Amino acid sequence: MSLFRGRRILAGTMAFVVAAALAACGSKTSDSTSGKGVSADVSGDTVKVGLLNSLSGTMAISEVTVRDSIMLAVEEINAAGGVLGKKIVPVGEDGASDWPTFAEKAEKLISEDRVAAVFGCWTSASRKAVKPVFEKNKALLFYPVQYEGLEQSPYIFYTGATTNQQIVPGLDYLKAQGKKSVYLVGSDYVFPRTANKIIKAYAKANGMTVLGEDYAPLGSTEFGTIVNKVKSAKADAVFNTLNGDSNVAFFKEYTSAGLNATSMPVVSVSIAEEEVKGIGTQYLKDQLTAWNYYQTTPGGANAKFVAAYKAKYGADKPTSDPMEAAYVAVYLWKEMVTKAGSFEVEKVRTAAGGITYEAPEGLVTVDGPTQHIAKTARIGKVGADGLITEVWNSGQPIKPDPYLKSYPWATGLS
Amino acid sequence: MTVLFGQLFTGVSIGAVLLLVALGLALTFGQMNVINMAHGEFIMAGAYTTYVLQQTITSAGWSLLVALPVAFAVAGALGVLLEVLLIRRLYARPLDTLLVTWGVSLMLQQAARDIFGSPNVQTRAPALLTGNVALPGGVTVANNRLFILGLAVAAVVALTLALRLTPLGRRIRAVVQNRDLAAVSGIATARVDRTTFFVGSGLAGVAGVALTLLGPIGPTMGTNLIIDAFLVVVVGGIGQLKGSVIVAFALGVLQATGEYLTTLSVAKVIVFVAIVAFLQWRPQGLFTLRTRSLA
Repeated sequence: MSLFRGRRILAGTMAFVVAAALAACGSKTSDSTSGKGVSADVSGDTVKVGLLNSLSGTMAISEVTVRDSIMLAVEEINAAGGVLGKKIVPVGEDGASDWPTFAEKAEKLISEDRVAAVFGCWTSASRKAVKPVFEKNKALLFYPVQYEGLEQSPYIFYTGATTNQQIVPGLDYLKAQGKKSVYLVGSDYVFPRTANKIIKAYAKANGMTVLGEDYAPLGSTEFGTIVNKVKSAKADAVFNTLNGDSNVAFFKEYTSAGLNATSMPVVSVSIAEEEVKGIGTQYLKDQLTAWNYYQTTPGGANAKFVAAYKAKYGADKPTSDPMEAAYVAVYLWKEMVTKAGSFEVEKVRTAAGGITYEAPEGLVTVDGPTQHIAKTARIGKVGADGLITEVWNSGQPIKPDPYLKSYPWATGLS
Repeated sequence: MTVLFGQLFTGVSIGAVLLLVALGLALTFGQMNVINMAHGEFIMAGAYTTYVLQQTITSAGWSLLVALPVAFAVAGALGVLLEVLLIRRLYARPLDTLLVTWGVSLMLQQAARDIFGSPNVQTRAPALLTGNVALPGGVTVANNRLFILGLAVAAVVALTLALRLTPLGRRIRAVVQNRDLAAVSGIATARVDRTTFFVGSGLAGVAGVALTLLGPIGPTMGTNLIIDAFLVVVVGGIGQLKGSVIVAFALGVLQATGEYLTTLSVAKVIVFVAIVAFLQWRPQGLFTLRTRSLA
């Protein structure tokens, strides 16, 4: 009897679970079919845009500054009359350095807030997490950070550098300086691993030796062993793809091991002016960085950008490459929307190709087919004042080549 | 050979950091059975104290020396506040202390973010501690690591002496071994608890000062360390300083060796597997305390 009753309870519970699961599935499928493209809400005299950055967690050190500079661009555009006569209303979300959170918040910005475009993400892991969300909803993401390339999405505009605009010029610079061997240190996720795959292919084709390759989890702060390995490998240079605050621990350890820019220079691709402050200038003096923009980059557009940023956030706040790329992203979106005469994603995408903008880093051009932008590459050296000064530049904007199709040594990478 | 010695030193210095972080926990968790998840945030408080002091004291060396006692007091005071407001009500309910102090740790992180901003802040290291000592055979030993090692040893010695030789130490040991009997014998157990918590939390503050020499100072700096610190205390044997000391250095060397031979992530796995295997063999930890109150 009790067994029978037990079975009935069990069966009841099972039925309930199955029903609940079916209901959940049902709502899910209806979600994705309705996801033909949630159109932005532009009924009033405002248009919403989404800001999706990590305001907490290990990436906050970098991403907060990007948020600040997006806000600056939005305010400037609003002060100048808005976009298509509408004021921009920013809707901010915190990705919290956590990739599933990024996807969740992206969905929320698109479906609930019905934003016309989203600006943000920093790590490639967060971009990879939100990519399907934007593609499913046919919504636009403007991604402002240099990354590992080998990607292209119709619903993402990449305003930071791809590998042929940052990492390859960085390697070219090392080669021109006569460096014959490198040691690779990076955070353990998609950007450093892919970047290092590209670096190894480059090294093989250019007679450079890669003496070692080590990864630390994001947020890791114990670099004793890695620095010991780097030191005993006696490489000519270190190529550093560490992200976030791991850099602080790495460079402190590097300095206390007696290594410096003269004995073994480090080229970093993810440390900009804001991070230099957080790491400590004395640990980074004369070390190299590869970017497309520095606060010290000459030009009227940059002078204006730097002055406006400092007026808003404080004289001691530096500007950096990802901040500039985020600032430019908002202006590029404005240009695209104006040219399209509409906020509709497909019309904006069609209008995008060939749009140019006099950015703080110099003239940038949107490449229609790849949705990346042509940018000038710049190698810089960290000064005692924490600012980075250019030691080399590519002279002209480099056309984006995310799949490295124009480099014979890169065949088979993508 | 050079590399081997360098790695050994790296391991010992990882162990020293672990020990500094775990020492306060060994007191509060080991001796009082309180799982204090906010311990990591007390470390953070110590690190930010160093940062604040550097704003006023320009000499990096002096500010570091001043920071040691001040951070001890600041973190200790935070600990006492936590004990008086919350933990006192939760003694003998270790799982509840875990939840409550976890909530407190999140609040403290947000408070730090509001006060100091989310980006990391930096402190200047004294010139004396930025260099390294070159030993014969080409081995170099970083000064800041030596300093931390010294600090860890000093903290262990001071704590051991205090527990063995002072009246307070005797009272703490009495309360740990049998709270009821201690109370009946006229020991003010509540006051002893509070003092123990002050010292345990204060040690976290000192660990925070030491960590400013190694890594980032940010709101989440404590969370990276708290798990490792609990492992040290549990594997060492709850209530046993001796066990924590041995296990901290053993795990440090194991981590460094594993990392040298493989990669950082694999080394972490090796350490965890070793810990699981060890606890299968000795669930009570390396050393055990014979008491009636702590099973």
